[in-house]
Amino acid sequence: MKIIVCVKQVPDTSGVVAVKEDGTMDRAAMAAITNHDDLAAVEAALKIKDATDCKVIVLSMGPAPAEGMLRELLAMGCDEAYLISAREFGGSDTYATSQIIAAAINHIGLGREDMVFCGRQAIDGDTAQVGPQIAEKLNLPQVTYAAGIKVEDGSITTKRLLEDGFMLLKMSRPCLVTCVKELATPRYMRVSGILKCYSKPLTVLDYQTLKNDPLIDDDTIGLKGSPTNVYKSFSPPSKDVGVMLDGTPKEAVSALVALLSEKHII
Amino acid sequence: MYELTREQEILVKMVREFSEKEIAPNAQELDITGEFPADITKKMAELDLLGLNVPVEYGGAPMNEVSKVLAIIEVARTCSSTAEMFAVQLLVNGIIAAYGTEEQKQKYLGMTCREGKLGAFGLTEPGAGSDAGGLQTTAVEDGDSYILNGSKCFISNLGPGEGDYAIVFAVTDRAKKTHSGMTAFLVDRSTPGFILGKLEDKMGIRGAAVSELILKDCRVHKTQILGKVGKGFNIAMSGLDSGRVAIAAQACGEGQAALDAAIAYSKQRVQFGKPIAAKQGIQWYLAEMATKLEAAKLLTLKAADLRDRKEPAGMNASMAKFFAAEAANEIAAKAVQIHGGYGYMKDYAVERIYRDARILTIYEGTSEVQKIVIAKELLK
Repeated sequence: MKIIVCVKQVPDTSGVVAVKEDGTMDRAAMAAITNHDDLAAVEAALKIKDATDCKVIVLSMGPAPAEGMLRELLAMGCDEAYLISAREFGGSDTYATSQIIAAAINHIGLGREDMVFCGRQAIDGDTAQVGPQIAEKLNLPQVTYAAGIKVEDGSITTKRLLEDGFMLLKMSRPCLVTCVKELATPRYMRVSGILKCYSKPLTVLDYQTLKNDPLIDDDTIGLKGSPTNVYKSFSPPSKDVGVMLDGTPKEAVSALVALLSEKHII
Repeated sequence: MYELTREQEILVKMVREFSEKEIAPNAQELDITGEFPADITKKMAELDLLGLNVPVEYGGAPMNEVSKVLAIIEVARTCSSTAEMFAVQLLVNGIIAAYGTEEQKQKYLGMTCREGKLGAFGLTEPGAGSDAGGLQTTAVEDGDSYILNGSKCFISNLGPGEGDYAIVFAVTDRAKKTHSGMTAFLVDRSTPGFILGKLEDKMGIRGAAVSELILKDCRVHKTQILGKVGKGFNIAMSGLDSGRVAIAAQACGEGQAALDAAIAYSKQRVQFGKPIAAKQGIQWYLAEMATKLEAAKLLTLKAADLRDRKEPAGMNASMAKFFAAEAANEIAAKAVQIHGGYGYMKDYAVERIYRDARILTIYEGTSEVQKIVIAKELLK
């Protein structure tokens, strides 16, 4: 059994979000981190590896510096890494990206017992579309928003997190699961892992390697193959400073009611 | 000048993340209660940090001296007490790895790397501080054992919950001079006659266990001799350079923490309508602090690098320890000054860092001793 975990390097939005004059995000000015939900997916895969000794492969699409992120994931305990990187793939939207990642998974090969894990969504785009689209393109059964995963013979049971509860869903393998960060807290790298991470295999998948896959076509990849185009990027106007109501809860509630009445809201 | 390797860059990231998430939240509490959280050493062992200078066959994940410095700096940025424990353990590890028998290495390095057990370093005595030759603790041969008697003070990594074993230095032949009359022993805490004395109530690094150790007819089998009989002084001295570089690294981490806090506070604190960072007086303080810190780091990395290259590093280790320790004190004092009245209050980390830094110019060789070492090298 092997688990392919799809990961993305994203700008760290916990600090200041740098925006260029044209309104696009200034990625170069921001630190790069591994997407939180993806790290939960990696940790879930590593936990299964701890229990079953399966193989964990991390797969990412991005520019060359994403290798640094993949090395860190190898230091956490992943066995192998693939980086999809080519000029032809640049500018891809979620449709084109999932097309390319699906082709890469075809290249790596997905056996009967295998699984693909993705993070629910990336903090830079927040679309939550790539995982489900990969599943569709590979004809895999899928469960999204997994907050729990239990591996059984030939199947897995997932706890699908909803706003007002959860669903327990069983599906056969191979399959795809998108994971929420509540699924698992990522482990730290270990020094022994760091010492080994540069000797573990990392393969760059370029256009030449993937071009013969039926999913890869000039009309389905890169900017040209992307049906969605960014019309406009802008920073939302900052909200006015709120009013803090002091005093005991009772006093604060009275003050709040008075304010709302004054504005004829109640 | 010192470009980090790819592995070292990841190590720094890992230790920083671990320290910020696991150590920093408890640093204040640790300072108040003095109770070192036992799970921290276990976690540090799990991540191989306690085995950073231990061969793989004994459970370690060895990296070089520069890496050790980088790791200590990151821990010290969040908590001086934890950094002190870490630095002492690496010193103990290094000595056992260099002089221990196969059985000793398997046992003691194994328990540190796999279980997070700590080892204490028992050299100092009430009458033997800078002058290690003034040792009074004796070890008298008795059949297949030695009987140890005496008392040690200021012993790091030894407290009610810390220290499962200790390297104890004792005089085995009073007639011989220090250089050949002293022997090192590995003594388990469970050995009858190994008595934990007073837990020291300290000004700073209050979370790091430092205690008195009393040895009363403590019978230690000859298999527990570390190195050879009469070679204790050499063993004690062999750890000096490494220990000094480690404390220099601790000083760099504490200096960094004080500088970071001072920068953040000066941007946030508004007086006379402007953040105080806009005042030239504060800017000059910050510039001086950052420059001293940079110099301290470079001296420390150079000393570590010389050790990695197996070149003589004694003078450089002393320069690093002397300069970094003094710099950390100056930086911490200025950080308190920049914080004004708030810097004097326990609500702000700089108050703790200021107290923690004070020991840096004293232990592992005072600044005065370091200057003697440096001058001796210059004048030989």
